[in-house]
Amino acid sequence: MKSQTDPLPANPLQAENSNAPAGAGAALRIRGLKKAFTDVQAVDGIDLEVARGECFGLLGPNGAGKTTTIEICEGLTPADEGTVELLGLNWISGADELRQRIGIQLQETQFPDKLTVEEALRLFRSFYRRGITVDESIKIAQLEEKRRSRAGGLSGGQKQRLAMATALVGDPELLFLDEPTTGLDPQARRHLWDLVEELKLAGRTIILTTHYMEEAERLCDRVAIMDHGKVIAIGTPKELIATVCSEDIVEFAVGTPVPKGKEPGAPLPPKQSLDGAPEVLVDVEMLKKIPGVQSHRVDESVHQLSVSELHTTVPRIFAALEDQGLHLSEFRTHSATLEDVFVRLTGRNLRDE
Amino acid sequence: MSKLETSSLYQLTSTRLKLTLREPEAIFWIFIFPILLAIGLGIAFRNRPADVLPVGATTEQLTHALAADKGLKATEMDESAGVHALALGTIVLLAEQGGDGVVYRYDNTNPDARTARMIADDAIQKAAGRKDEVMVASEFVHETGSRYIDFVVPGLLGMNLMGSAMWGLGFSIVDGRQKKLLKRMVASPMPRWQYLAGYLLSRLVMLAIEVIFFLGFAKLVFGVPFRGPLWELALLCVLVSLVFSALGLLVASRAKTMEAVSGLMNLVMFPMWILSGVFFSASRFPAVVQPLVRALPLTAAIDAIRGNMLQGVQLGHLTAQVGILLAWFAVPFAVSLKIFRWR
Repeated sequence: MKSQTDPLPANPLQAENSNAPAGAGAALRIRGLKKAFTDVQAVDGIDLEVARGECFGLLGPNGAGKTTTIEICEGLTPADEGTVELLGLNWISGADELRQRIGIQLQETQFPDKLTVEEALRLFRSFYRRGITVDESIKIAQLEEKRRSRAGGLSGGQKQRLAMATALVGDPELLFLDEPTTGLDPQARRHLWDLVEELKLAGRTIILTTHYMEEAERLCDRVAIMDHGKVIAIGTPKELIATVCSEDIVEFAVGTPVPKGKEPGAPLPPKQSLDGAPEVLVDVEMLKKIPGVQSHRVDESVHQLSVSELHTTVPRIFAALEDQGLHLSEFRTHSATLEDVFVRLTGRNLRDE
Repeated sequence: MSKLETSSLYQLTSTRLKLTLREPEAIFWIFIFPILLAIGLGIAFRNRPADVLPVGATTEQLTHALAADKGLKATEMDESAGVHALALGTIVLLAEQGGDGVVYRYDNTNPDARTARMIADDAIQKAAGRKDEVMVASEFVHETGSRYIDFVVPGLLGMNLMGSAMWGLGFSIVDGRQKKLLKRMVASPMPRWQYLAGYLLSRLVMLAIEVIFFLGFAKLVFGVPFRGPLWELALLCVLVSLVFSALGLLVASRAKTMEAVSGLMNLVMFPMWILSGVFFSASRFPAVVQPLVRALPLTAAIDAIRGNMLQGVQLGHLTAQVGILLAWFAVPFAVSLKIFRWR
């Protein structure tokens, strides 16, 4: 087979940005993307642009349309509307070349149980005209000790690294990772993060989906937050946190059993407080008047205040609660995260669904 | 790495072969089962020296007359003991001396008993001094190629080719679809036709092994004849295997679960196990269903293999069967390429 029309330079090891003239277009450009399935509008008008060498994350809860979006980009699902351009090519005219130049890790691929790591990689390597050697891919995925083990006997993390290795054997310029760490234990997850970070350092363009905000914060240069098929925010993790929230989040709960009261006017009333959850006699308005407090919400009787100037604001919060004669049962603060961004934008937690 | 090892077609084929050989059940069904079946049938239907039939007679004179024929073993017994022995099946016929002749008591639906009736009558009439009008002589034929085992080996071969091709393709394709491996494969630059070609090539390798193994066994142990050209037999086996690979592909082209594909597979194969003349001649079915029976791929396959092995018929004279097989290859193959689902 093998049509020899491919103009690619045979660059052995590094994923090259040098392949195209410097700055020649984005690695990925999506315009007005829409996709409906019978019962749901999975992707509802998305525009995105990912630069070469960037690690870009699609963050959102299950069912937000992340996987559909990424599978359209991977040429596995046809879009209803809109255009997708990868590495300056598209799936209509450049499919064969694109397949050679991108690497894909799908959610939940199971390799044949009785095939060894080495054999699976040798098989996948044979599909690519150029790429790294099987040994190199095993080394990158840190599967040296498992090279002769059958896929059926690998742990979840090892299976995922094998999937990653099959995405890397073709030395892709653009790498798609669909929920690479879902279902892994924390240690295996950290292991995989290290791997992705090494790939970033090597200058590869990476597009990943995740519903773990820690993952997006740690790995991604830029993040698009998706919900109900739309991108609701986009930027670097820092920008997102800074523009949508204050820097810190204070969470507290009051311990005294309290009679049912009236719902205080929280700016974003979470659903929990509407359906008869134990209400508190916290004077929210008073809290909100404290300088530095920017917003308030209640989630399962835990109050969340987003604040700036933590060091001056917290003493005032203590004082205010004291004035109201309330007894604190919990109190903690953390820096605002993408999770908080999502909560502020949608009123829901990332993992609610 | 050598050139061959970096070829994707080679990798797909060898991966498929490895996976098949690592499946112990597959090895059993492909290699061991047909041989066990051949051994079992060979023993059950082995050619014994012509049976000596046990009969009873109520008088000494009759017993002597019957014992004179080598085909019978006669015992003297009274009537009640004889009836009892008949019921138990220790004798198949009881000759009773009646007032004006002999009465044969036997079950006329039992072929052995009917044979015994003829031999016994012959013996008794001869003893009574019958003269034959025509001189007769017998010449016995015990030819290989007309035994049951000779008949059943091509049938088993056809059945085995059907089973291994259909299970081999159908199951692993659906398994790959269920585990999203198919989706992963098409997400890579693998040329899609090679995926299928890998299956067919590995099937041909397996085919060579399984056919040589089975027919070699049949030749060595049972002395089954090979009267037609061997290369034509090989060609037939390849064709038959391709036919059932195409059917397996068709069955697997959309099924999403193992249960669904097993059901479909049995639906396709079961009628052929019964109708296609694996264990007995398909011509035993009524004339009305004969066109249907003849059009089945397994019937055509087995008829052609029997023609080659037992009668030495040239491929050129098996055009009807080969035509039917080609049609059964082309149509399912074309349809499944059209409707095949990768995910």
